[in-house]
This record gives sequence, C-alpha cells and structure tokens, in this order.
Amino acid sequence: MMRLELVKRAEKSRLMSVLSPVVAVALTVVFAGIVFAAQGHNPFTGIWYFFLEPITSLWGVEQLITKATPLVIIALGLSVCYLSNNWNIGAEGQLTFGAIVGSIPPILFPDFVNPLVLPLMLLMAMAGGAMFALIPAKLKTAFGTNEILTSLMLVYCANLFLDWMVRGPWRSPEGYNFPITVDFHEWAVLNAVDVGGIYLNLSAPIALLLVIVLAVVMRSTLKGFEIRVLGQSPRAGSFAGFSTRRMTAFAFALSGALAGLAGVMVVMSEIGKLQPVISPGYGFTAIIVAFLGRLNPVGILIAGLVIASSYLGGEAIQTSLQMSSKLATVIQGVLLFFVLAADTLILYKVRLVTGREGEGAHA
Amino acid sequence: MGEGTGDNIGDMLRRVGGDTPLLEVRRVVKRFGSFTANDEVSLRVMPGEIHALLGENGAGKSTLVKIIYGSLQPNAGEILWKGKPVTVASPAEARALGVGMVFQHFSLFEAMTVAENIALALPNCKATRELSDTIARVSTNYGLPLDPNSHIADLSVGERQRVEIVRCLLQNPELIIMDEPTSVLTPQEADQLFVTLRRLASEGCAILYISHRLEEVRALCHHATIMRRAKVVAEADPANETVNTLAQLMVGNEIIRVIREKRKLGPEAILLKGLTQISLDAFGVTLRDINLSVRTGEIVAIAGIAGNGQKELFDALSGEEPVEKEGMVIFAGEAVGLMDINERRLLGAAFVPEERLGHGAVPALKLSENVVLTRHGTGEGIARRGFTRFGKAGRIVEKVTSLFDVRKGVIDPEARSLSGGNLQKFVVGREVERAPKILIVAQPTWGVDAGAAAVIRQSLIDLSRNGAAIVVISQDLDEIFEIADRIAVISRGQLSKAEDADTLTTEKVGLLMAGGAEEKGAAAA
Repeated sequence: MMRLELVKRAEKSRLMSVLSPVVAVALTVVFAGIVFAAQGHNPFTGIWYFFLEPITSLWGVEQLITKATPLVIIALGLSVCYLSNNWNIGAEGQLTFGAIVGSIPPILFPDFVNPLVLPLMLLMAMAGGAMFALIPAKLKTAFGTNEILTSLMLVYCANLFLDWMVRGPWRSPEGYNFPITVDFHEWAVLNAVDVGGIYLNLSAPIALLLVIVLAVVMRSTLKGFEIRVLGQSPRAGSFAGFSTRRMTAFAFALSGALAGLAGVMVVMSEIGKLQPVISPGYGFTAIIVAFLGRLNPVGILIAGLVIASSYLGGEAIQTSLQMSSKLATVIQGVLLFFVLAADTLILYKVRLVTGREGEGAHA
Repeated sequence: MGEGTGDNIGDMLRRVGGDTPLLEVRRVVKRFGSFTANDEVSLRVMPGEIHALLGENGAGKSTLVKIIYGSLQPNAGEILWKGKPVTVASPAEARALGVGMVFQHFSLFEAMTVAENIALALPNCKATRELSDTIARVSTNYGLPLDPNSHIADLSVGERQRVEIVRCLLQNPELIIMDEPTSVLTPQEADQLFVTLRRLASEGCAILYISHRLEEVRALCHHATIMRRAKVVAEADPANETVNTLAQLMVGNEIIRVIREKRKLGPEAILLKGLTQISLDAFGVTLRDINLSVRTGEIVAIAGIAGNGQKELFDALSGEEPVEKEGMVIFAGEAVGLMDINERRLLGAAFVPEERLGHGAVPALKLSENVVLTRHGTGEGIARRGFTRFGKAGRIVEKVTSLFDVRKGVIDPEARSLSGGNLQKFVVGREVERAPKILIVAQPTWGVDAGAAAVIRQSLIDLSRNGAAIVVISQDLDEIFEIADRIAVISRGQLSKAEDADTLTTEKVGLLMAGGAEEKGAAAA
C-alpha cells in the first residue's frame, strides 16, 4: 500500500515560498488545458489564446497594465489587512464609495477647473474609501461583529448607493436620461502618455511607487513589524505594546483608502464620468491577487499582471474560440485554489510511504 | 518484608514474573530527517513496577513514549508486549493492548461534565447514569474522589488530573504512562497521587513515570531508566541513589549548583497598593486588594496553583491590562498603573510571561525579530524614527546566546524551531541582558531541564544581587525555595503576606496554596 504523508518542516522552506505560486500557475495551466479539451478544442490552442496571445501585441500589453494597476493597488492594501488578521472582503464597496466621494469636485463644482482638482480628487477618494472601510472595523472592535460579513454586505450598499446617485441626484441633465453623470472636465481625468508605443496614465507609476513604499514599510519599519506580529500572535503583539484595535482600524483605513484611490483612478482614466457600474469586480479579484502574491508587495505586482492577463484571455477565447469569457472567472478561482493548496509545501514536506517501509519499521 | 508473605500482588509479580517483562522495547531507533531522537533505545517494564524515565528536555523521552503509545512509528527496533512482538500503529491500538496515558497538558473540554469528557474517550459510550456510577465507584476506590456531573471548568488542576487518570483507569490498562504528573499539583495533592499510584502498582498495573523531580522519583519509583542525547545511558534503583547522583546521570556532568549570596536591600522598587482588578472574563480571576512591596536586591516569589490569579496579576504588573487607579502599581516611586507596557519598560522594567510561544515570542518569527518584540521601545535604538534595526537585534541574539548557552542550528532560527528549554533561556536572557531594574517573571523554568533551570535561576539571583527587584510567579516550590528571599502565596485572587523564605517550609506554603492564603490575605488587609 502506498500513501502520501505530510511531514511538518521545522522551518518555513524559502525555496517553496518562491516555488509554490509557480507550481500553482503550472497546475492551473494544466487544468485550463483539460477544460479546453473537454469543450472540444485543442488544449494547446486554447492555452495559447488564453494565456499568451493577449500579450503578443503592444496594445495587449497596454491593456494588461491598465487592468493590473487597480488590482495591484487594491491588493497591496488588502495584504496589510490579511497579514494583520483582518479579513476585509469589501474592497469593491470601498472602491465604489471612494470613487463617489472623489468625484464630488467635477460633478458638484464643474466650474472649479484648476490643476488642483486632480490631487484633490485622489485625496478625497482615499478619505472616502478609508471612511467606508472604517465602518466594519469599528463594528469589529466595538461589538465583535464578523468583519467578513459586514465588509461584504457593505459592498452592496455602496453599489446601490452609486446606482441611486447616477439615476437620481447626480444624473446629467444632458445625458438623455441615461444613468450617467456629467463628463469630467480636463483636470478631472488622467490622460494617457505615450511611453515607447504604450499609452499609460498616472495610475501605473502610482501603483509601482506604492509597491516600493509598502515593500520598505513591511521589511524594515516598526509599523511593518507590528502588522506581522499582530497577525500571527495578538497576545505576543500586546506584550510588545501593540494594540489589536488600533491595528484593525489602521489596516481597514489603509486598504479602504487604496481601494478608493484605485476606484477614482479607474473612473478618471477609463470612463470620465460616473455610471451604475464602474468596476468589473476589481475589489474581489484583488483578494486573489493578494494571496497569489503571497501577501508580499513584489509578489502582488507579479500576481496582478498574471490575473489581469486572465481577463484579457477571457476576451481572447471569446473572440477566437467562441467560448464563454466566464471561463476567466473559473480559472481565477482554480488558481486561488491551487495557490492555497501549494502553500502546504511551505510548511510541510510530502513523503511517499510504501507499505513495505511502514511494516519494516515494526518488524 | 519476608519472602512469601504475599503482602500484595505487585510485589509478588515483580519477584515471580521477573523473567517476562510486561513491556520490552528493543533497540528502537527514531529519526526525524537527519536528527536522531531515539538511538537504539531499550527499556524493560515489569508488571506492577513504577518505572521512572529520566532525562533532560530533548533527551528523547517523549519520542520513546510516543512510540510506545503508538503516535509515532520507529524506524528500527521492536516492541514486545508480554514477550510477544507487537506493532502499535495508533494510540487506539495501544489502548486495546492495555496501555493508557495521562498527558502533561490535559485534553479536556472545559464546558462539559466529567462524565461527558470520559464518555468521549470510550468507544461507543454515552454519558449514561451507568457510566456516572462507574466513575464514582472507580474514583472513590482509588482515592480520587470525583463528581461525575461537575463541569471541568469548575475543577481545580488537581481534580482535572484525576479526571484524566480515571478516564485512563476505565480502559483497564496494564501499563499507565504518566508525563510530569506532579508539575501542576500542590505537595499535598502530589502525596495523594502517590498513594493512588502505589495502590495501582500493588494491583499489578505497571506505571511508566516521567518526571523532572528527582526527589519524588526516589520516593516513588522501583526502577529508573535514564536517557541522555537520544540514548539510554544508565539504569538505576532510585532508592540507592541520591538526587545529586541521579541528576549527574541525566546531565552527564556535575550540574551547576545555584549560589545564593546574602541580599543587600536597596530602596523599594515595586509597590502594589490595594491592587483590585475585577475580571470580566467568565474563566478569569478577580484580584482583590493585593499589597506587596519589593526592594531592589531581593527576589520575592509568588507561589500558587495555576489559575488563582497569576495571569491577571502578571497582566496588571506588565501593563497589558490597565488597572483601575494609577497608584495601585508603583515602580521606583512612580505610579505606573495607567501606563502601557512600553512606558513601563522605559522606566527600567522587564517582563517574562509564562507562555513562551505565542506570548513571550512569536513562533514563526526569527530570534532577532523576537528581540525587537520586547525591546523596540526601551530607548536602546533598536527602533529609530520608525525603522527597525534588525542588525542590532541580531547582535543581542548573539550575546544572549553565548551568555545563556542557547543551542540553535542556524544563526538566527525561527523561535518555534528551538526546544522548550532553549527558547526559555532565550526569552529570559533577552530581558536579563538589558539589566533591568525591575523584573517580573512567570514560571521561569516550567518544563525546562535541570541544566537550563540552574542557568536561568542563577541569572535571576545574580540580577537581583546587582540591584534589581524581582518578582517570580511560580508553581514550582523547589524553585521558589532555591531562589526566593521572601515568599507570598496567591489563592483565588488574594495574596498572603510575603514572609522570609527561611521561616517557611514546603508544607506551610503548600497549605497556603491549597486555600489558606485567602484568610491570611484577609487578615493582613
């Protein structure tokens, strides 16, 4: 008889920390191949169209960066939440609420046209997202409510609030009754600049900067240390003089602010106004990005690009193979599943035990 | 005792059945990767024998016991039960053979009753009235009175241990393995346990007894097997050995005796004035009107059975739990009751909690990071302008490691990879190296072997003689009498007056621990 046995390692395996996401991606590609084959397509063609074809053109790379940017920014904030053991699932709602607050200047004060509007919108969006995220944080610290539920429920509140705003008080008088707000003026949008054939706006360098800042904070500041300690062992954290309550507020506020920032930048670059739906679920997908990136800033940057490519891949197989783009969601889910499973390898060794060996021990 | 008087079965079995051991372990080898935990270990336990298994932490006792109990499988060697080779693939198979085990850490559900807990361990058994009757009968029979319907949460530690023992007895074992059974008991409770164990042995049940307390091994056990570094190094008849010779066999060389010079008392450094702390936790203990004064240069020990307010007292002293009025806790003349733990550290105080992993240290963090844990706010520059300096922390790790002989595989390992004794040396050393003026330490040598315990205790005495005021919260009376200048006893959240250690005896402290402290505390107040 043969069986697999998990043997606990004394220390985390550094090699496996790096390798486990690679293993997960490889398994996901194999899984995708099986799905393509089951649907009657050549698995290699399917894999080509889904994973590789989208990034063979400059336009594809531009799309990849555009999609990855909000994912990375949101996932950075979520990683701080998850590392400190705060389960914020509501980044999508914080994104929406942040975008609403950030859009106040061009919508309510359309005559205030000034270079200051741009930074003002970014700051207001961050404040709005942070405030909205502090609701589940406060509920958790004051009443012990489960933040997973409250933060998730608040997503629907935010989305419905946006829906009501664009249909009601903020509806554009020149919009032919469509549920949209007025178009943002020139200082309220992020214009794309040509960078070697790829058109990028300000949000991509902001995301890159945030990756670097958070990497430094986590690696070599006391705040980063506090985040890790409180996440792993609240009792040891309080022994170090850190406060779990303050950390909950900090982590939620930070991730809410980043989600709000990402939200308003999506509106300012891709849409140029508010409408009932402003995000294709960036706030939820960022959860996968955060874990796929091992809750590590640089890892998140890579994971953001990988996941963004699955959005493009979904569109690609729809046009090339006439398959449903929903397959992208399936593959994202499977990827998260494999990431979590492959994480076992970091703390455990897998050993093949044969029946003979097992018996030999007692003979 | 004359030959053939047949005073009891156990003695007879030990004499008559001398050639067939109940349990024989032959040349067992157990490896974990490159590390060998048991190296050709052999052991013979006779029926009706109380057999001591001695050794320092990490000597391989637990591994051997786990192999016997079926939770680990050996890489080589064999196990014979009543002369026949057997394979013990799981604890269930061990129980079927007749091997029972009482663990050091109890595995009981606090919110359930005694009968329900016991029923859980028995195959296909429900907590029926019949079972309750059996429990009541067996427990009184063996001098372990228990009410089957009381909830575990309401029981003392000694009573909880009784539940474990009775649970084990109901499976009709022929061999009972006991891992450090007296570490949580008062001297009186321990004596009661010895009566039970002798009774069981006299009925033919063998007992494999693991303990660090050599005095009780001498008094109780018929035979001792001593392990050191994964091997059996000696067999001995404990009655013919002294505590010192046994300890030498365990450690392999002369153990360091703790030297306690006379104290030179300085000014008052720790003052508790009417410290009262209502516990909001259902399982917590309310502290009532605690008064204590400790001067620099002395060690005051707080004895007591676990769960009598030690945790709450430690939290109030460390500042993890703010107290009601700032004047209830005074360090070096300054009222610190409302200060947090780092503000107190900045005043020269240091703390070592009972739980090493998860409180004193974060398991998955490196030792250097665990130095940052308690020393980032002490003004030593380990954290500056928000940035941590792990290099500086690493140098402290090296200093603590060499001062306290912390054994580690790599330069900066994760805390959880250290053995219990080594981690404890690190956690104490991390604070002592700072040369604090005030040190509050809980269970400084809990579950630590004799060699490491001596190092830790000596370091506490040296620190106090160099002008620190030290409070040691401990259940270990040997330790308390070894290092304390004065002793107070905590019982149900009340503290007795701290008296000179020279004027107290183990029995007197034991009585106070068992509940006498409350009246005393009330009288003192």
